Formats: sequence, structure tokens, C-alpha cells
Amino acid sequence: MQFARYLLRRTLWLLVTFVAAMVLVFLLIRLVPGNPVDAIVAQMTRGGGGSGEQVRAIYDNYMREFGLDLPLWQQFLVFCQNVLQGDFGTSFAQYPAPVTAMIGQALPWSIAIQLPAIVVGWLVGNVVGAVAAFRGGWFDKGAFLTSIFATSVPYYCLAIILLFVVAVRMQILPAGGGYSFGLSPELTLTFFGDAITYFWLPFWSLVIVFIGGQAVGMRSMAIYELGSDYVNYARGLGIGDNRITRYIFRNAMLPQLSGLALSIGGMIGGALITELVFNYPGLGTLLFTAISSNDYPVIQAIVLLITIAVLLANFLVDVVNGLIDPRIRAAETGDR
Amino acid sequence: MRGANLSPRFWVASTMILLLVLAAVFGPMVVATDPNQVIGGLYDRPSGERLALYLGTDNEGQSVLANLVHGLRTSLLVGLLAGAIATLIGLVLGLVAGFQGGWVDDVISAITNIALSIPTIVVIILLGVALGSRSSVALAVIIGVTAWPWLARAVRAQASSIRVREHIEVARLSGARWVSILGWDVLPYLLSYVVMAFVLQCSGAILAEATLSLLGLGPSGSTSIGTMLYWAQVWGSVRVGALWAFLPPTIVLTLISFSLLLLNSAGDELFNPRLRKGRRRGRGTAGAARGRRAPTPTPVAPETPTPGLAASTAVDLPVSPKGASR
Repeated sequence: MQFARYLLRRTLWLLVTFVAAMVLVFLLIRLVPGNPVDAIVAQMTRGGGGSGEQVRAIYDNYMREFGLDLPLWQQFLVFCQNVLQGDFGTSFAQYPAPVTAMIGQALPWSIAIQLPAIVVGWLVGNVVGAVAAFRGGWFDKGAFLTSIFATSVPYYCLAIILLFVVAVRMQILPAGGGYSFGLSPELTLTFFGDAITYFWLPFWSLVIVFIGGQAVGMRSMAIYELGSDYVNYARGLGIGDNRITRYIFRNAMLPQLSGLALSIGGMIGGALITELVFNYPGLGTLLFTAISSNDYPVIQAIVLLITIAVLLANFLVDVVNGLIDPRIRAAETGDR
Repeated sequence: MRGANLSPRFWVASTMILLLVLAAVFGPMVVATDPNQVIGGLYDRPSGERLALYLGTDNEGQSVLANLVHGLRTSLLVGLLAGAIATLIGLVLGLVAGFQGGWVDDVISAITNIALSIPTIVVIILLGVALGSRSSVALAVIIGVTAWPWLARAVRAQASSIRVREHIEVARLSGARWVSILGWDVLPYLLSYVVMAFVLQCSGAILAEATLSLLGLGPSGSTSIGTMLYWAQVWGSVRVGALWAFLPPTIVLTLISFSLLLLNSAGDELFNPRLRKGRRRGRGTAGAARGRRAPTPTPVAPETPTPGLAASTAVDLPVSPKGASR
């Protein structure tokens, strides 16, 4: 029953953080001087588009959508209700387009780049880190310095350099976009074969940086475990290296697995700039356009999406860790 | 005798940082060109005619070199200010929570944990959008007030372990005031950690500034490394092959980030006696037995986030076994 209590506490915690995040986003978006609707209507009339009546209709629509005529706490309830129903309102910049549809178009691209990059980077990075820790010597030195350099290169800097060298100078791969002009996204082999050429550069720019970070982390973990008491004890008992390696591996893996889950949760916001550099049609590019055109509903929706994904990943990691590690359960539910 | 323990890594890192700081302090005077002054055409190639043209011109015909040294200055200042703010908030909250315990600890820890679970980039983006026009100082404040949670948590954990030590009792019995106990009997034990955390905070803040600028939320009216990258990116300097416009800020940003991370890892070795001992004698481990010399220079403490990654991807939470450290 200890686990049930643990689960309950974690669920409550998820709810608390979720509400806190909602309040934060809700309030910060309303920090915009004046209110967002006034701002956007002013922008529209400045552009000269639309007669007085049209602007009036648009204005009323947004006032209703945001519920700006209600008291603040009711506005918040309206906001929560909309978010929970997956309704993020209507875009300012591309007026009648619903935000949910815009996100729905961009999100698959972001996931298609990030998920494979994170998984591949994680696997390779962990192997490199573990081998460096076990082998030692020149391999360790070289791998460690390379990794620490790879992980300290800002990921968009690497992206810029890759773009220049491979796409602009050598012209091996296309320089930007998600697919060739004239094609439209569909599930055919032609489209896939075309899109994959646009996929490689952003993919590699993320993988390389990610391998570095994982290798540094795994190496530290493995070395830490190598020096711990149970390893010395096992050595004293004369247990073979292979079996000890297995023990170490299981212990060192735990935080790495949590790290993987957290990276997957954070992936939506993790590489926004990569998409900008490669002009890739994902959420990063969408966010950039939204920021430059003051498209608050879109900004708000993307920001909420990032938050929710991270909160859920945290929750899952906690639950799984509680399942496999009894110490965590005990620490959480026992008296402090 | 301390000097004997400074690793080559430390010297390489501090030399790089010193050079960067010198370039930021004296560079603008040496180049002596207003970064906003138009001195050539669109993407003029680098030429040796005058110092300001050594790195060519950017998309507005301004000197890339002048922009680079001024931008470096802005970026380093933003990093220092934001790092100082974040470190101060994290240190004070962590110290008070860890040392005081009780309901104060409960409240501060709850706030810290909530702040820790909401991705930093979300708050930074929203604050940046809400602010409209931003000075570089405002930007530093935004970054600083959002970056403290992981530090507060780490400091709290350490402070609460010091709270039960005997010398604290002695100080209490001798009638020392609360503030003086915190400052003289608790803080010194954390100082090395806090200094290293400050280094990480600075590097994180500089990268955060660049990320914000690239998203179009950079400081308005002043040049930073981030805004240089932004203009290079928006005007497609990479696609037209104007190396000199995008490569200098890219390299400088990488150098800043790499040297600060290297300094952090070297400082960890310097301040952590166990690692230092390991460096001299080696530990009785498999690695040492096989002739591996230095053990780990990176922090293994569970509170420390994987620095480079967390900073460069900005939303990544500090990767730590969350439930375990409570």
C-alpha cells in the first residue's frame, strides 16, 4: 500500500504544479501593456485592413474568447476550461485559423526531428561514456574532452556550422525547409524520400550535442560506481569483472533512464532554434513567427504545450522511479 | 602548495576567459568604431584596409569586428548580472530553508520545487513578450530571476546537513546571532560550491540571452552576441556564404560556453579534496588498476544538473533523481 500512497502524493503534486503553471501563463500573458486584444486590433487597423464593422466583429470575438469582460478569476476559469478541452483560440496573425490546427501541423515535424535524435544520442552517448569509464587511458581522455566540448557547443552554433559546410559549401543536402517546393505532406514514398534529405542536417546537429552530454554524464556515473563500496567488496570476494560490470551498469542506468524520459518531455522546447536555422516547419519556426507578429494565442499555446509535456514527463519519471526503487518510495511517504 | 594541484585544464580555461574579458573590456576602445555606424555595403568581404574592416561588414554595412567586441561586452555583462542575481536568490533561499528547517523550509522548498518543474524557457519567453521593449539589463534580470531554483535546492540540501553539526551548537550557545551563524558558520562550507555554481549560472545566462535573441526577444537598441546571430540568421548570411558575418559570433559563443564549463570542471577538482586525492594516488578501483590516472572531474553530486546540456537546451530540467533527494 506504500506505493498507492506514493502514487497519490505524486498525482497531487502534478495537479499543484499544473495549476501553478496555468496561473503563471495566464498572468504573464496578461502583463502585455493594455490587453492583448486591444494590441492586436490596433495592429490590424494600422495595417489598413478591414472596415470598422469587421474590426468590431473581430474585437468582439476575441473579447468573448478571452472573456476579458469578466472578472479575473472567471477569466482564469474560462482559460482553464479552454485549455483542458484543447481549445487554444484563434490566431491573431492568420485570423480565422484555429491555433490548435496550426500546432497540429507543426508538432509532427518537431517530434520527427527530436525523438530519433534524442534516442540515438542517448544510446550512443551512454555506450561511449561507459566504455570511456571502463577502458580508461587515452580513449577516456579523448572521449571525455571531445564530449565536454560537444556538449558545451550551443546546439544552434553547431547547426549553423553544419548548415554552412554541408549544405552551402558542399551542397550535398538541401539548405532549409522540410520538403521540396511543390510537394505537399502526405504519406507516400516519394514524399518520404524527399523529406528525409531535409531531415539529416537538423538531426545530426542535435545528435552530436546530445551524445556529448550523455557521455559526460554516464562516464561520471560509472566512475562513481566503480569506486563505491559494493564494487570493492565484490572484488574482495573475487567476483569476476563481467558480473561486476553488470552490477555497475544496473545502478548507473537508473538516473540515465530518468534523464532520457525528461529529455523526451523537454524535447518540444529543447531545440526551437535548430528549426529556425534550418527553416524547418516545426514548432520553433511557428513560435518565432508568432513572436515577431505578436500572435499571443499561438505563443501561449506553444508555451503551454512545452510546460505540460515537461510536467507529465516529470510525473512519469517519479512514478517509474518509485516503482523500481523502494528507497524513493520510503523517503517520500515516511515521516521526515 | 595549492598551485601544484591546479590542472592544465584550469589554466587553459582561465586563459581563454581572461582573453575574452580583455577583448570585451579593451576591444571597443581599440576598434574605436561605433557598432551602429555604416562603414560599407551589404556583406563586404574582410579587408586589411582598416581595423574595423578586418572581419568585413554585416547585413547593414556595419563593422562586424566592432559589433563583435561590443556584443561580447554586452553578453558578458548580461551573464555576470544574471548569474549574480540567480546565485544570490538561490543562495539566500537555500541557506534559509536548509538552516531554518520547519515550516519555513516547507514553504521555500515547495516554491522551489514548483519553480523547478516549470520549464525556464517558458517563463523567459513570456516575460520577454510581456516586456515589449527590453534593455539588456532588463533581460539580465529576467534571466536571473528564473534561473535560481536548482541552485536553491542544492544549497538547501547542503545547508540542512550542516545544521546538525556540532560547531553550530557551539556558536548558538556562545550567543551568536542567527545571521552571523548563517554567514560565518554555514556559508563557508558551501562557498566553493556556490562559486562553481555561479560560473555555471553565468554560462547559462549568456546562452539564454543568445537563445532569446535568436527567437527575436533580444535586447532592443544594443548589440550582443545573440543579436548578431539573430541578424545573421534572419538575413540568411549562412545561405549567401557570408562566413565573416555568422562565424565570429558562433565561435565566440562556443568559446565562452566551453571555457566556463571547463573552468567549472577544473574548479570541481580543485575544491573537492576527494577528487584531488584521487588525482595524486588513484583510487583502488578497476580504472586505477588499469593505469587510468585522473578520476572524474565532473560533478557527481546528484544535485548538480548536467551543466552544458541543461544550459544549452534551456528547458531541460536539471537532470537529478528528483524524488530521491527530498
